[in-house]
Amino acid sequence: MSGHDHGDDGVSRRKVLECMTWAGTGVLWTITGGVPRSLGIIDSAEAATAAAPGMTFLQISDSHVGFDKPANPNALGTLEEAVNKINAMPTKPSFMIHTGDITHLSKASEFDNADRIISQSKLDVHYVPGEHDFLDEEVKFYRDRYGRGTKGAGWYSFDAGGVHFVGLVNVVDLKAGGLGNLGTEQLAWLEDDLRGKSKSTPIVLFAHIPLWTVYPEWGWGTEDGGRALEYVKGFGSVTVLNGHIHQVMQKVEGNVTFHTARSTAFPQPAPGAAPSPGPMKVEDAKLRSMLGVASINFKQNEQRLAIIDTPLQG
Amino acid sequence: MKTLNRRDFSVAVAAAILLPITTARADDNAMEVHIDNFVFQPAELKIKIGTTVTWTNRDDIPHTVVSAGKFRSKALDTDDKFTFTFTDAGDYKYFCSLHPHMTGMIKVE
Repeated sequence: MSGHDHGDDGVSRRKVLECMTWAGTGVLWTITGGVPRSLGIIDSAEAATAAAPGMTFLQISDSHVGFDKPANPNALGTLEEAVNKINAMPTKPSFMIHTGDITHLSKASEFDNADRIISQSKLDVHYVPGEHDFLDEEVKFYRDRYGRGTKGAGWYSFDAGGVHFVGLVNVVDLKAGGLGNLGTEQLAWLEDDLRGKSKSTPIVLFAHIPLWTVYPEWGWGTEDGGRALEYVKGFGSVTVLNGHIHQVMQKVEGNVTFHTARSTAFPQPAPGAAPSPGPMKVEDAKLRSMLGVASINFKQNEQRLAIIDTPLQG
Repeated sequence: MKTLNRRDFSVAVAAAILLPITTARADDNAMEVHIDNFVFQPAELKIKIGTTVTWTNRDDIPHTVVSAGKFRSKALDTDDKFTFTFTDAGDYKYFCSLHPHMTGMIKVE
């Protein structure tokens, strides 16, 4: 965890950062928890709060519309709060990505409700599916709504503001005992998609399940994620954005920044901190500090994208 | 590794009490598997041909019960059940297709 101090911000950051580390597969991960304004990539994070030049886009994740269990009886309500938060941001983002688990049970009504609320942001939204979005009998509701113009189970790429974005699907054809899965067809497409791109093009990969191994005991990782990362190795700036684990987690490895966003629906425990990764019931007063969205700013000539996680409250 | 918290402890006690009952039901041609905390319990079940197994999801998150080429449940929401009657001997490995680290085994003889 390194970065420059920026006056007052540096002090408060040190005060609020509650770093918990544990050894995964020989790497030290860092989690930030209980952070009123959790800082993502610190180098220029505060730059994005003001009217930042460059391009800003938003990430929302794991809205689980339809979820009504004790951890949050009104997931649709907190999604709406997140959208209100987005609408109140001083800089209007260029667009939004949603990193999956739009719905809880893939019901048509859940997709409709999600769309009704998310569309209030009046932003273009680029979706990738989570495992909760493919639960309908015919597995067609997600594809009918968001699959147009995509390949395979829903992967695609696009360019915006000089950045190349790739949306990947790692929630289908999962193998017993395994983790998330991209599969050979998608990997071959990715390799081809990146071929010929200038190595100075900033790359953003986004997918539901973390592409890096966060905690295999809970399935938090992608079996063949390493192969996708091989393909982006030569690029100067790579940002990997995921959801699924309902908490902010980040890691920087060389030119690659890994970041997971909060859910707008319910928090999940830190790896290994509970008997299972299921929805975590916290005090009502604390819930909104553990839900939120992420905003990502890209400035030309800066290697790293600045990521700011904003909770719904606190 | 960890000390049991009160909830785990009461679950363990409850399991210890219930265990003889479920075992005794083996002759009833009906057996149960519970999904708790992303775990199939019991993880392995030995049954006789003709036994019907019922899986119940007791988590706040949907799960599935899938054995490649043998059986596949729809997504089970909280307290939803899936039943399958085993008419052939053999080892049936199964898993949750949403959370593939969850695996189980039914041995039919």
